[in-house]
Amino acid sequence: MSEQGKAKTALDTLLQDGPTVINLGLQEFAEALQDQGAGVIHVDWRPPAGGDEELAELLGKLL
Amino acid sequence: MERGYAIRKNRYFDSVFLMQVAQRLGEQPGIEQALALMGTEENKRLLLTMGFEAPEVATAGPNDLIVALKGSDASKLQEILKDLDVWLVRKPSRLSQAITHTLDQGLEALPQANLVSISIPGQYAAREARRALERGLNVFFFSSNVAMEDELALKQYAWKHGLIVMGPDCGTAIISGIGLGFANAVRRGPIGVIGSMGTGLQEFTCLVHKAGSGISHAIGTGSRDLSDEISGLSTLTALEALEADPQTAVIALLSKPPGEKTLHKLLKRLNQSKKPLVACFLGIREYPRPGEDRFVTARTLDEAATLAVQLATGEPVSFAAVDPQRLQLLIAEQRAAMAPEQRYLRGIFAGGTFCYEAQQLMRDAGLMVFSNAPLEGMCALSDPWRSQAHTLVDMGAEMFTQGRPHPMIDASLRRQRILAEAEDPEVAVLLLDFILGYNASPSPVGDLLEAIRQAKLRARQRGGFLSIVASVCGTEEDPQDLDEQIKLLEELGVVVLPSNAQAALFARTLVLELLQ
Amino acid sequence: MSGGIKKRIEEANAEAFRRIVAADPVLVDIAPAGEVIPGLKDKMILHSGPPIDWRHMSGAQKGACIGMVFFEGWAKTKEEAIELLESGAIAFAPNHHHQAVGPMAGTITKSMWVFVVENRAFGNRAFCRQVEGRQQFGDFSAEALQGLVQWRDVWAPTLRAGLRQCGGLSLKPLIARALQMGDELHNRPNAASSLFANAMAVPLIKADPPKEALISTMGYLSGNEFLFLALSMAAAKATIDPARGIEYSTVVTAMARNGTEFGIQVSGLEGEWFTAPAPPVKGLFLPGYSEQDAGLDIGDSAITETVGWGGFVLGGAPGILSLVGGTPEEALAYSREMRQITVATSPDYLIPALGFVGTAVGIDIRKVVQTNILPIIDTAIAHKDPGHPKIGAGLARPPLECFKKALLRFAERYGLK
Repeated sequence: MSEQGKAKTALDTLLQDGPTVINLGLQEFAEALQDQGAGVIHVDWRPPAGGDEELAELLGKLL
Repeated sequence: MERGYAIRKNRYFDSVFLMQVAQRLGEQPGIEQALALMGTEENKRLLLTMGFEAPEVATAGPNDLIVALKGSDASKLQEILKDLDVWLVRKPSRLSQAITHTLDQGLEALPQANLVSISIPGQYAAREARRALERGLNVFFFSSNVAMEDELALKQYAWKHGLIVMGPDCGTAIISGIGLGFANAVRRGPIGVIGSMGTGLQEFTCLVHKAGSGISHAIGTGSRDLSDEISGLSTLTALEALEADPQTAVIALLSKPPGEKTLHKLLKRLNQSKKPLVACFLGIREYPRPGEDRFVTARTLDEAATLAVQLATGEPVSFAAVDPQRLQLLIAEQRAAMAPEQRYLRGIFAGGTFCYEAQQLMRDAGLMVFSNAPLEGMCALSDPWRSQAHTLVDMGAEMFTQGRPHPMIDASLRRQRILAEAEDPEVAVLLLDFILGYNASPSPVGDLLEAIRQAKLRARQRGGFLSIVASVCGTEEDPQDLDEQIKLLEELGVVVLPSNAQAALFARTLVLELLQ
Repeated sequence: MSGGIKKRIEEANAEAFRRIVAADPVLVDIAPAGEVIPGLKDKMILHSGPPIDWRHMSGAQKGACIGMVFFEGWAKTKEEAIELLESGAIAFAPNHHHQAVGPMAGTITKSMWVFVVENRAFGNRAFCRQVEGRQQFGDFSAEALQGLVQWRDVWAPTLRAGLRQCGGLSLKPLIARALQMGDELHNRPNAASSLFANAMAVPLIKADPPKEALISTMGYLSGNEFLFLALSMAAAKATIDPARGIEYSTVVTAMARNGTEFGIQVSGLEGEWFTAPAPPVKGLFLPGYSEQDAGLDIGDSAITETVGWGGFVLGGAPGILSLVGGTPEEALAYSREMRQITVATSPDYLIPALGFVGTAVGIDIRKVVQTNILPIIDTAIAHKDPGHPKIGAGLARPPLECFKKALLRFAERYGLK
């Protein structure tokens, strides 16, 4: 497939535009991104359903 | 010894924050040990093995916070536990926005997002990654402890949808000049690199920067990507993207030896590379015959960086900042000050890749080395906490980081290990790595300075000399002060080389001379 | 098929939300409970929270039941009362099963006059008893009962006469204005109580009751800051009830506590309770009392939070913070948090301190479990033993377990397990 013929993928766009990030987990990672001037939102993530596996699965179907 | 406990039901804190809480609590007078953990089965077992046993601990659930204290003063313990909530207040974040709690809320608040960075406990990470991919977002997957079949399913989905999963267990990436995870501030330029090794990517990008060139993108693939189970899905995706990327002129590929089937497939693909390509399979015994001009091989990260820059600029490059004659003199000096029983090398690494690369260099010279993460042909340590003969230990390995932050952030285990090695009169050389960059400790050298000073003193007290050799992986653009870090080491008599490979070579030369 | 059920749930919840915001609560009457509450018989005590029997009742609720036994004249001494209550001769039922709500122990018997609020948009009615500071907390002393008797004999009938003069009182405008005056309608209904007293002044005079009754009643209205809580509870109940029984809806239609258990009800699971042990209330205590004395969370008053008032609008009621503890920043944070677990915000009830954003309406059990954010309730604190008045006020959250149980049951009921 020629370079020109290939459709641009979401990864190609990422490389071109630079990352705009949703950060799940360590707050420090989001701070480091902010320090570098990247667009970032930190998600104060917690285990869904209070850590209950069965419920987390269920939530995947309902929400 | 008194013990005390407090439980906070239905609270959640990320592991790094909890480490900091435990650290602050542990520093209180009268407190000998402090732990702050979520009540997962694993953590409760850990507490048990450390002698913390109480009914409230046993009944705590994975969503409950357990704080366990050990100290000499019962009233001090109780005082702290009573006011525990004060310790659990997060310092106000430097982040300036509304609180969101789920990926979807985050996406609603930032609809132009194109990447999700995942650094949550492993058992939840795959599900969140799946959600991210389903919403058309790429994934930087820092978390580890993810099932192989989950990784495969995620990468197959990503492959079908033109997305990439960088990880699991991916510590580093640099996309369009922005560092994700542990990354260094490096110049932008024409070299794109794909790697399954986090610190490998860090070292490579820093060396490219030092040589005056720059990085278009550094794409991490996670440590298992080139295994036969995963068969290189992210690596191949990254390769295609870098070939299409107008900012990339040369491509480098860094990894440990791929699975046999995958290697075969990969080599065919590399031979079709649309751009000049350098491949470095650290630890491989024998290189498969390289293809045409387009694909060259390197044995170390230094060599990979050198070749990549040469391909990109057309100019020869050398990283050896120290004149070889001076190095020889230095070796002779250090050796002369040693006691007759000193002969062994002990490498204490924060970067797994550095430990691996050092082992390869030892193997090349026929030296047998023990390690907790042995290279093929090397020996496994019977007890990872105790060195034997020549030992190169990866302090970032699972067995050391259970319930603790990575040694790039928290130096306490490395500190202890250095002091332990210093008690062994047969130790001649210590080999250390220091990694700067985003999310690393504010002063990796500062964290170990006192231990280094002590170690050298111990050797002198015994009438010998402990040679300490180090490299500092970083650039002058990093948040830490690179020059200052190097200066601090040199002031203590540490021999600082410009790369891990060169530091390992120096140490190897010294050790080989001692054999005579 | 995942896609299918998610869509149905979203649509059902949108319908629930629509019904809630369409509510038009009007105070239409004040009457003896036995005359207006469906199914309320003699020798029956309605109580707050999910179903419970005498044996398991908390100290405060037991004390309140003893008080009602005295009030109705079913026994004369404490021992007799307890014997009667233990004997099984008295039937117990949750207020919620009879379209009613009651504060704290929430005990309602046939002779207790209740507010009758009609939701003109749907025609349904809800009932709430008087709010006072003693008997509903478990105090069954003569002083405590005196208050109930005054209400029955003087204040309630007089108010009723006044109400007849104005043909009913629309509550929505009062509520909207009170929310903009720093009320949250649960622990701080002061502005609303004043507005109510103002609204009733002229009708009371027009009703031309005996002078003493008029003075006593107007004095009661102007002196009882918590009066409107009874009306906001009844209005909230009348507002949410039309949203019960919507297939596939995950919206909460009741949050209620009996001092022993916390229970919730869910629209798509009508008729069922999802309960867990009641939590403690974290707050401040009146002089002479402390945490050691406190009973667990109790009352139907969480019906106000169920429709987005009370704890949900703490951000707009900084005055309450001296009562429950906390900082203005925390209060604002709570209100923002609540938006993450609800369907949407009200178009009518706007909060100035939150930038005129509407109250968060329609608690969604899926979002609660997903985010681990529990509704915040601000409430009064009762003693753990019978025989005491109010001892403090503070904040509580329902146990996550209630929502988890409801979600699992939802999956079962709608064929996902």
